[in-house]
Amino acid sequence: MDGRKPDEYRPVTIETGVSKNAEGSAKVKIGETEVIAGVKMEVMKPYPDTPDQGSMMVNVELFPLSSPEFESGPPDNYSIELARITDRGIRESKTLDVKKMCIKAGEKAWTVVIDICTLNDAGNLYDAISLAAMAAIKNAVYPAYDGEKIDYKTKTKEKLPISKLPISITVFKYGDHLLLDPTNEEDKSYDARLTVATLENGNICSLQKGGDTAITADDALMMIELARKRSAELRKLL
Amino acid sequence: MSYDKRFDGRKFDELRPIQAKAGVIKRAVGSGWFKIGNTEAYAAVYGPREMYPKFLQNPEKGVLRCHYNMMPFSSGGERVRPGPSRRSKEISFVTERALRPVVDLSEYPNAVVDVFIELPQTDAGTRCAGICAASIALADAGIPMSDMVCSVSAGKVADKILLDLNYEEDSHEEGVDIPVAMLHNSKKISLLQMDGELAPEDLRQAIELAKKACDQIYEVQKQALKSKFEEAPQ
Repeated sequence: MDGRKPDEYRPVTIETGVSKNAEGSAKVKIGETEVIAGVKMEVMKPYPDTPDQGSMMVNVELFPLSSPEFESGPPDNYSIELARITDRGIRESKTLDVKKMCIKAGEKAWTVVIDICTLNDAGNLYDAISLAAMAAIKNAVYPAYDGEKIDYKTKTKEKLPISKLPISITVFKYGDHLLLDPTNEEDKSYDARLTVATLENGNICSLQKGGDTAITADDALMMIELARKRSAELRKLL
Repeated sequence: MSYDKRFDGRKFDELRPIQAKAGVIKRAVGSGWFKIGNTEAYAAVYGPREMYPKFLQNPEKGVLRCHYNMMPFSSGGERVRPGPSRRSKEISFVTERALRPVVDLSEYPNAVVDVFIELPQTDAGTRCAGICAASIALADAGIPMSDMVCSVSAGKVADKILLDLNYEEDSHEEGVDIPVAMLHNSKKISLLQMDGELAPEDLRQAIELAKKACDQIYEVQKQALKSKFEEAPQ
């Protein structure tokens, strides 16, 4: 609708360190869609079934500030799905090495909380949110910790243990056509969508299908292939 | 104790650096962005639109509704759990009252004008920054306004009356924080709060400081709105 090719993204920019109080932060713009992600760290008791591991949590806030369609209130299905898709891409690929985030087994470990907030919804929040989360944890550093208390005012230079860079690309299907990065007019009328997170080695680390229409296995593989091809370009921006 | 030099070296009547922009949130009817030192606020206006729930509708004129919120990662300490708190609800109410005197919604019965304020980064003075951003957003939205609203905190730390407290000053045990909002032309006060202990004479001085700051803030707000129209269309 705006003259782009079907597999062409609007201009993508990433700006890191945009929120000085956060342990890490990033602002991502895809065209006029704008989101901001922030990382906060806490020290907590590890979960009983993983006593030697830290943990992570992803939360998405769809602010009414960013669209006339969002209302104040607890997270709805859309924001929960967005958060869980983003979470899966990072968690299941073991991008964040949670074993390295243990301080004392069974007693203390770091928790990383990533909050992604929308500033302007002009379509394709799926990819903007995942990219912002990834950029924010890549930007994040540990706050000073003396064994008892965290000093949030003092940030160390030590980055989080990140070993991979998953990139999430959502492919949208309209009849026989595949489209990337729809604007919000295009965003509503799709038949199916597939969010694919890809790693540097070409492997897929998470999938999520949405939309009311069923797709064939060939459709899915075509969509995955398109996502894999484009992921390298977005990864360069990190 | 005697507060001889401010923690960040400013003069006692000096504001932190201020910046402002208009039209930053494209999906909103109007929007503003205001930054003072490290405190940053976005504001977006939606409406006039039909008011829900219906029992809150006013058949004589439109209703202004403000929603203030800090992003979970915005403040200097731990993460702030998302969602409204008693504090954010109170700030939403006082923000609304700070803006109501200048807004004319008589042409929009049964409608609501929603103003959403979000802060990605905070260092005290958040409700003031929110009001400044909201003022820009309302003007940007074309809501009929009789004046701009400018807001800043004044106060006292130990023995000095000062302007625009940062977090360190605000949380000081001998710190008194006085958020003020003023209508620019009339200099009438639409927001006045205070916590701490202060002699009435000191309060008068603090308000005088805020009045002077008002003009400075207004210039930046005005420029933000002008710049939007001066940008060459692409």
